[in-house]
Amino acid sequence: MSYHWDFSGVWSRWDLLLTGLVNTVKIAGISIVFGVIVGLLLAFMKLSPRRFLSVPATAFIEFYRNTPPIIHFFWFYYALPVLANVSLNPFLAAVLALSTQSGAFYAEVFRGGIVSIEKGQWEGARALGMRHSQLMRRIILPQALTRMFAPFVERSFELTKTTALASTLAYADLLYQAMLVNSETFRPLEVYTTIALMYVILLVTASTLARVAEARLTAYR
Amino acid sequence: MTEPILRVTDLQKYFGDLHVLKGIDFSVEAGERIAIIGGSGSGKSTFLRCLNFMEMPSGGTIALDGKPIGKPHGRDGARRYPESELCTVRERVGMVFQQFNLFPHMTVLENVMEGLLTVKGMRNAAARERAVRELEKVGLGTKLDAYPGKLSGGQQQRVAIARALAMEPEILLFDEPTSSLDPELVGEVLRVIRQLADEGRTMLLVTHELGFAYHFATKVIFLADGVFHEVGTPDDVLKNPRQERTRAFLERFTEFGF
Repeated sequence: MSYHWDFSGVWSRWDLLLTGLVNTVKIAGISIVFGVIVGLLLAFMKLSPRRFLSVPATAFIEFYRNTPPIIHFFWFYYALPVLANVSLNPFLAAVLALSTQSGAFYAEVFRGGIVSIEKGQWEGARALGMRHSQLMRRIILPQALTRMFAPFVERSFELTKTTALASTLAYADLLYQAMLVNSETFRPLEVYTTIALMYVILLVTASTLARVAEARLTAYR
Repeated sequence: MTEPILRVTDLQKYFGDLHVLKGIDFSVEAGERIAIIGGSGSGKSTFLRCLNFMEMPSGGTIALDGKPIGKPHGRDGARRYPESELCTVRERVGMVFQQFNLFPHMTVLENVMEGLLTVKGMRNAAARERAVRELEKVGLGTKLDAYPGKLSGGQQQRVAIARALAMEPEILLFDEPTSSLDPELVGEVLRVIRQLADEGRTMLLVTHELGFAYHFATKVIFLADGVFHEVGTPDDVLKNPRQERTRAFLERFTEFGF
């Protein structure tokens, strides 16, 4: 093997890759926010004793958890316009695909955090005369949050990696930009190795920040 | 005769098909200290937990100051209990649990202040002052800023007692407060309960500590198979039981006595 690595093509189109990285961070960030909203909604619906709330939530969660992510990208981009006569731009279609599916996963993370709090904590709070809303806010959620944190971060990293599928809709994320650079330079080895390392740097940085935050959350243990 | 604070009429409790409490009639007057004893599975904890609605009664009525709690609902004698009414009852009927149930994410002081702030709506300074006073009373004035996880079981249970006391309940329920403690820590908790007895507080205690029950209680109840088998003074029930069932139960406890 006497391959001569040549990163000059990658360097010359560095601006394209950087735009791609920014777009990847942007779409991941926005999808996490919407995913959390969807997830909270689904979690409380599923926890509800009222079946007209819990049954649809369970169905939604199972549907999105058990389908390949790329289907949802195609569905929102190609199928929704047929159904609703609206066409979404690639960014919006990708955000919807990412936040609905990760919402389903987040819902299980949130619900799991809440139900993992021991029965005694609910009883201890109730015995003081606290109302359901008070004990949720003061006793259950603060403890559940610290337990949800690690799986939440894990799930958010999954989501960030899944954003690469947005390139199939021609959204200018890191992977899409890499494909552009590759078509100009014909250097797939250098291009794809570079962006793989960019994903690694992004997520390792994020996980370091997450560990600091987690250490603060769980300081009482 | 004075009106009882708490009156229970025909209390029934089912867990599925299992009939746990089979029609209990019972009342508590101010200043009474009642020890409830019985084998495991006899329903004694369930009975106590019905009194502050940690368990919802399946039938019968519980009345505080002569006023029945909840509203009749349906034909089978079950009642409906609005949340706001239950919260008021629980403020007046405090509980100390076998497993302490302290809030691990709050310091000792915050644990005791929590109910004062959220339930009673007290201001921070006033809540703090009362919480410190109660913690000093149970001998934990130096542990205010510790987290429960750093305390021994006996200390945790004393915090739990201070937390219940701070709410100034009219009745205090103890659900096997020493059963999950190492033997050498039982004494410090019992001493605090004894101290509350000297203050004339109205208390109900479910316990396996028969010796303590004898000295603590004004009345002892032996519960078996979901009914009150024998009720009387500590001397009656613990020293001269009339029922064969009570005698058999007590013998199992004194088997290895010395």
